[in-house]
Amino acid sequence: MKIVVASGKGGTGKTSVAVNLALSAGARQIIDCDVEEPNVHIFLEPENPRRKPVELLVPEIDEEKCTYCRRCAEFCQYNALFVAGEAAMVFPELCHSCGGCKLVCPEGAITEKPRQIGTITLGEYHGMGLVYGELNVGEALAVPVISAVKEHAEDDGLVILDAAPGSACPLVETVHGADFCLMVTEPTPFGLHDLQIATEVVKQLGVPLGVVVNFAGVGDRGVYRFCEREGMPIIMEIPYDRHIAELYSRGVPFTVEMTEWRSRFRELLETVEGMIR
Amino acid sequence: MKQVTILSGKGGTGKTTITGSFAALAEEPVLADCDVDASNLHLILNPVVKETMEFKGLNLAEIDPEKCTRCGLCMKLCKFNAIHEYTVNPIHCEGCKVCVVNCPVEAISFNERVCGHAYLSETEYGPMSHARLTPGMENSGKLVTLVRQNAAKLAEETGRELVLVDGPPGIGCPVIASLSNVDAAVAVVEPTLSGLHDLKRALQLLEHFEITPGVIINKYDLNLENTASIRGFCEECGIPLLGMIPFDENVTKAMVQAKPVVVFSPDSPASLAIREVWNEFSSFLGL
Repeated sequence: MKIVVASGKGGTGKTSVAVNLALSAGARQIIDCDVEEPNVHIFLEPENPRRKPVELLVPEIDEEKCTYCRRCAEFCQYNALFVAGEAAMVFPELCHSCGGCKLVCPEGAITEKPRQIGTITLGEYHGMGLVYGELNVGEALAVPVISAVKEHAEDDGLVILDAAPGSACPLVETVHGADFCLMVTEPTPFGLHDLQIATEVVKQLGVPLGVVVNFAGVGDRGVYRFCEREGMPIIMEIPYDRHIAELYSRGVPFTVEMTEWRSRFRELLETVEGMIR
Repeated sequence: MKQVTILSGKGGTGKTTITGSFAALAEEPVLADCDVDASNLHLILNPVVKETMEFKGLNLAEIDPEKCTRCGLCMKLCKFNAIHEYTVNPIHCEGCKVCVVNCPVEAISFNERVCGHAYLSETEYGPMSHARLTPGMENSGKLVTLVRQNAAKLAEETGRELVLVDGPPGIGCPVIASLSNVDAAVAVVEPTLSGLHDLKRALQLLEHFEITPGVIINKYDLNLENTASIRGFCEECGIPLLGMIPFDENVTKAMVQAKPVVVFSPDSPASLAIREVWNEFSSFLGL
């Protein structure tokens, strides 16, 4: 079973919920899909880490063969190729690796070569699999790194995926193929606004969802009213608690010290399992 | 004209809270919200929209079932796994056009799609450029670029000298787009290990693009030890620390009242600190 922990707004506690759920429920694997700013490994330091490059295929132009006909540059929807006069240039960081330029080149002047845009790290934490990806600094495309990370997701057993904030393509890539999505939010106008947007995406993908309200007690009732109106169950509330915040700041999953929360996370999992059935 | 982006790496550290308050403190700012897929600045600045623009992202391939001979070539060629059962899934299509030009019976059309809207608005504090990406869409970087262009245009039209850009979280394409041609960027960080980790990546990004950096520590009193290590880190790297803001419940209360905290509770601890940070920030930018 694959459960994604997502949010819309950043800093609402996705990683905290993902890590504490994975530990409490004895997950088989936790996968950090926030490849721009991965944080799971700060809470669960991986043992025996193995690193693998994430590569994209980008075009290379053989100027011996190139006749500067510009067909590749005219074809490319991402402006990753530029041909003017007797010069052909590739802007690899704009390339989406669609392979189109190679197909349209009448001279067979284009080949593809791998280019590293990020890294995946595979490891274990007390028997649980841990995978995270890192987009190289300066690279634009997070989605190929997310899909490379997800390729390591196990088919069986409980797999927890931690998503990036926002509601654009990284969220779509992470939620695609999941069995359930836990939306973590805070009960504030910012939390509500971004929950509404992210929920739209998850619903479009046809993935069932439930809400976790973090920092409960601050803000207002907007999130609660929205969930009620939309028929979205609030599966867990985590109060605003200085002790939890302080443990978080030191990179300690709060269920390690506040052990009474472990059974609550196990109940959360049972609720989710019931909702999937 | 000076342009400066407020960013953070990690989400939820207080970018929008600080940008919103800076908007109220600045003399004549233009505001730009570049977090186009989870924008929040409008929730405290209450812009009145004057002009709406359609944002067209990459085109979408569509297969005409009448013409399709089910040869399956498009499915083989698509690198994005976007075609199943001879139908294009709009969520996965990246608009590369490979299927369109290679279909032997020309059954695939390539159509414009609206991926969001950009807005030119007026707020109590100055003109504002913002946008909304259709949830789930690609190309937020391009929409961010449009927001930036609109903001520059608003500044030119109104003769204003400062553009304050509220950036998105992360370090990927929308963040890169929010940083092009800015005079400086200020990273907001919370004193947590995650915050410090993400700050380092955000600062590396600024170094990569040769952008002048500054740092603000928000909720610094949450963990004084981490605050000390962030200060030490900034000192070591020679990055100016523009100030520290304490944890203050008034920040959330102001958000609920849809106001910048410096307007809602001008004498609260957070507001007093933000004012000081603003003064530092102004001299940092040479305003």
